[in-house]
Amino acid sequence: MSVSHPMPAASPIAATPFRPTGPLMGVLPLAIGIVVAVLLHVILPGFVGPYYSRIVIDIGIAIILAVSLNIVNGMTGQFSIGHAGFMTVGGYTAGLITYYGSYFIWGTLGKHGVFLGTGEWLFAASCIVGGLVAAGAGYIVGLPSLRLRGDYLAIVTLGFGEILRVVLQQTGKVLDDGAAIRAAGWSQWLPPPVGGAIGFDGIPKYTNLFWVYTFVTITVVVAYRLKHSSLGRAMISVREDEIAAQAMGVNIARQKVLAFVMAAFFAGVAGGLFAHERGVIISPKDAGFQRSFDYVIMTVLGGRGSISGVTLAAIILTALPELLRDFEQYRLIVFALLLIVMMIVRPQGLFGIHEIWHFWRRRSR
Amino acid sequence: MLSINDLSVSYGSIQALRGISLHVEAGEIVTLIGGNGAGKSTTLRTVSGLLSPRSGQIQFEGQAIQGQPPHLIAQRGLVHVPEGRGIFANLTVEENLQLGAYFRHDKAGIRTDRERALTLFPRVRERLQQQAGTLSGGEQQMLAIARALLSRPKLLMLDEPSLGLAPQIVQTIFQVIREINQEGTTILLVEQNASMALQVAHRAYVLEVGCIQMEGDAKALAASDDVRKAYLGAH
Repeated sequence: MSVSHPMPAASPIAATPFRPTGPLMGVLPLAIGIVVAVLLHVILPGFVGPYYSRIVIDIGIAIILAVSLNIVNGMTGQFSIGHAGFMTVGGYTAGLITYYGSYFIWGTLGKHGVFLGTGEWLFAASCIVGGLVAAGAGYIVGLPSLRLRGDYLAIVTLGFGEILRVVLQQTGKVLDDGAAIRAAGWSQWLPPPVGGAIGFDGIPKYTNLFWVYTFVTITVVVAYRLKHSSLGRAMISVREDEIAAQAMGVNIARQKVLAFVMAAFFAGVAGGLFAHERGVIISPKDAGFQRSFDYVIMTVLGGRGSISGVTLAAIILTALPELLRDFEQYRLIVFALLLIVMMIVRPQGLFGIHEIWHFWRRRSR
Repeated sequence: MLSINDLSVSYGSIQALRGISLHVEAGEIVTLIGGNGAGKSTTLRTVSGLLSPRSGQIQFEGQAIQGQPPHLIAQRGLVHVPEGRGIFANLTVEENLQLGAYFRHDKAGIRTDRERALTLFPRVRERLQQQAGTLSGGEQQMLAIARALLSRPKLLMLDEPSLGLAPQIVQTIFQVIREINQEGTTILLVEQNASMALQVAHRAYVLEVGCIQMEGDAKALAASDDVRKAYLGAH
């Protein structure tokens, strides 16, 4: 007869959540992501055609925006509904660089170079500069978050997007030939001629699957590493209990502003990708409330702080309206219903604060 | 180590502290007792920088700290365990402890302090991978103190550690408070449970509506008629 022993308690190693450690673990996911981006770029259009490829690009841009917004709304527990504003800052900045930059460097206004050619590198750099300018805007908008909470902060961020929208509407016509650019005086460059209310037409369309998913990889890896770093824990502690966080020596003012700056940077990069996407003319209305709210919905559905949850929500909420094109006018109704159902059934979001694999592991344990 | 001189604090037009003075010497357990609204928590919150005083001085190790931001005060070694524990409910117990050592970079020292805290609170060690919000009230209080120990406090300020806990757990926690003190950490303890507080403390201050009414040796105060009538339930 066999004696049944009590199960030994789970060993501490088995119970420790998966955490990337060492320099390799930082580089490896990036390398894998970039390889996937190349494969997507080379293979996908041949299989699904340009229409679905474009949806996949839209999904990638939405992932960057939702995952970055999640740093502010999910991890740090602030409430920003001006994320599209940061995106638009980045988009216009990047567009300004590639559109007028191309003329000054190569003397043409069109696309320059082949895949991974000089034109694309200018484009990638312009996205990063767009991100940096957006991060500056994030710093300025983040400052009020030190004094305001909840709804009041939301109104400030909402105001930022709306102000930006109105300011962009006041800009001049895009200079669309070399002669006009050469003839333009200082007064025409300030504010920059980015098309006013009709949008910034003519930006060279560099955005492709490779660049989008390279930046998606960077965003997701940075967000994940952040979440499991001391800095990320400090941000989460601000969300959980500000007083206790301060008692632990966390500078909550710095954490809040930093969260805004980081989120705005990635939103700006996404804006650059968006502005250079085929079929898109970035325009002032992109800075407005409606687009910001799309990303808020993604973070709410995905769960506060859950990177995988928010990614999944971004995929679903971008793909769904495309697949249901015929019912487009009901989109907002469906989204609203979805939110109401979620509030009743799963107020913490799809995955709450957890990642997808936490559930899988719990079940297998 | 800590000296408070003529400290006044107001919430708007309501004066919560009316010029109190007290001092805590290295190695002591000093307790601040008094009824609801006496200003006990206000005193701690002002010392830790969460509130700024209307007037008066607070000196820690000879340096004026009033008006400094709370995170810098915590980094000086003046660590506050707030009322209601303030644990990070959605993080694991382990992550809570890591946040206790947030501003420290001496890995070896952190490991030693973590080990010491977990030895003092074996219950916390059993729950390391659990979400902190799922702990019982007593365990949460233990975690809050353990987490504070990872900041390696010179002066640990505890606000109502017995709040809402079963008598047996209160016993355990006060036992540990005494041990922490014996290992060299100075403690400023705010309590409504005056009899427990007076048992562990060396000295005590009795606070009433923002003024210090009595001060002195904890044993002597516990024996005095006034304190017995007002706070210990004796007739």
